[in-house]
Amino acid sequence: MEIINNFHHLIQIVMSHISHKSSEAENAQEEVMVPLQRRAFLRYSGAGVALSGLVLAGCTDDRLNDIFKQVDRNSGVVNVGSGDVGILNYAYALEQLEAAFYAKVTQEQFYLNATRAERIILKDLADHEKIHSDFLYAAIKAAGAIPIKKLTPDFSSVNFASRASVLGTAKAFEDLGVAAYNGAGKLISNPAYLTIAGKIVSVEARHAALIRDLLQNGTFVGPDVVDPTTGLEKSKSPAEVAAIANTFLAQGSKIDVSSLPRD
Amino acid sequence: MNILKIITEIEKVDPEVYERLDQRRQMFKHFAGFGKKLAVAAVPLAMGAMFQKAYGQTGGLSRQIIDVLNFALRLEYLEFYFYENGLDFSGRTGSALNSGLTGQNRADIVKIYNDERAHVNFLRSVLGSAAIPDLTRDSFDFTGSKGGTRAALFPDVFSNVGTFLAVAQALEDTGVRAYKGGAPLLISNNTILEAALNIHSVEARHASHLRTMRRGGPQAEPGDPSNAGSTPQSWISGNDNGGPAPAATAAVYGAGNPASLYPSEANVIQGGLNVQNISQVSPNEASEAFDEPLDMGTVLAIAGNFTR
Repeated sequence: MEIINNFHHLIQIVMSHISHKSSEAENAQEEVMVPLQRRAFLRYSGAGVALSGLVLAGCTDDRLNDIFKQVDRNSGVVNVGSGDVGILNYAYALEQLEAAFYAKVTQEQFYLNATRAERIILKDLADHEKIHSDFLYAAIKAAGAIPIKKLTPDFSSVNFASRASVLGTAKAFEDLGVAAYNGAGKLISNPAYLTIAGKIVSVEARHAALIRDLLQNGTFVGPDVVDPTTGLEKSKSPAEVAAIANTFLAQGSKIDVSSLPRD
Repeated sequence: MNILKIITEIEKVDPEVYERLDQRRQMFKHFAGFGKKLAVAAVPLAMGAMFQKAYGQTGGLSRQIIDVLNFALRLEYLEFYFYENGLDFSGRTGSALNSGLTGQNRADIVKIYNDERAHVNFLRSVLGSAAIPDLTRDSFDFTGSKGGTRAALFPDVFSNVGTFLAVAQALEDTGVRAYKGGAPLLISNNTILEAALNIHSVEARHASHLRTMRRGGPQAEPGDPSNAGSTPQSWISGNDNGGPAPAATAAVYGAGNPASLYPSEANVIQGGLNVQNISQVSPNEASEAFDEPLDMGTVLAIAGNFTR
């Protein structure tokens, strides 16, 4: 861990210099991060030059290279990174999106004819998602890593005056969040992070069930989300989740999850 | 010496080699552990130990995974027989609740019952011959009187819809905490871990819906969690004032053992960070955003209230 901390300290120093030189500090940050992560991994593996040479020299396995796949520096996407920190940043991206959505719902004074119960519930959801987002930002920093930037949402497909549109979008986000955490759990190496993901996902599932019940009571475990024959909720891979999440993110804020662990 | 080449070769004859090696990234963690201490020449030795660990397990599942899954199966039986009794599907209880649980409420409980039955079947199929025997309905006493050996905790559990839903909520909230506590113990097997998480979130959906039912449906205003005895929210706020029947359900929302790893549901410290301070929110709001895990011993003690 000491190596990692020192390493990230170094990155922060490097980046503070870059930000003086470039007006696009955030893009520069991503570019600097990517090539260095590969080296960071090798140092983290603790093997030093000898073993890393050994591993890489004989690396015929595409999947290893995928882990270190470099970002297209011109695409303007936000790469969430690799390893456990990548998973935390992936979760942070989704929580940012949810938090921004409910913040706008409350700022817009809810949709037309929102009931008292609906207002109370949506306000609570806004609080919970902001707490998740704030927490993940702090947790990533506490891990000695760098959180992704503040994402710019694109809610142009949502009619904030319409109950069906707002609750339909809320349902999509909550179900997506549950499927995302369920699919990412196995990609986490550190059991402590797995526990934290577990602490959040069940709250998302409670949200999802209630939003569904608001739209149509009794749909809390609909067959679209829970397989009726096994009783298991359906997971989504980071790639599947990103494809959906990106439809609600503006250009320059779309997420790239291709560096996350695959299995 | 080409480690990845070797594993790639093995994969050709054993496609599940990565599963057995408790996942590729875990493999890198193994390397991380000894890379600094040992010379590169020692790598093959350490790899041998790794393979032995992966292939040496009887039946493919480690003892720890079998224990956690049987623990989960125990809880699923508890829930399954609870709903079966409440719905009087066996026709044996002559449950008065049968008449009280009607319309949408009954249909929703049937959905939950079906999920629990599916969970029992799923866990049995994963465990195979390592599964515990069917606990059978006769091993349970859902009044909490332990077969009449003590005063009943819920004497009207099958004749009063309110009591039935209160116990159901407590059981589902316990299930969520149990799976959450068990998940890190399954981290060595991706397939099993994912399945457990896929059950965990379903238990949370059940708990949410039962709580919504208890306050009168989705359009009923959630109670103020700072008032004891108020109607529940669909999530857990603070320690939920001890739950629906504090004398009997406080443990469902309290701390486990050790409390440092299994704090009460009122916890606001996550990963060493105080989320209440970070977001400048009330303790109740901070606690609502996170559910807490519970250890097996505490869960089994709660479940023990309903066994004979």
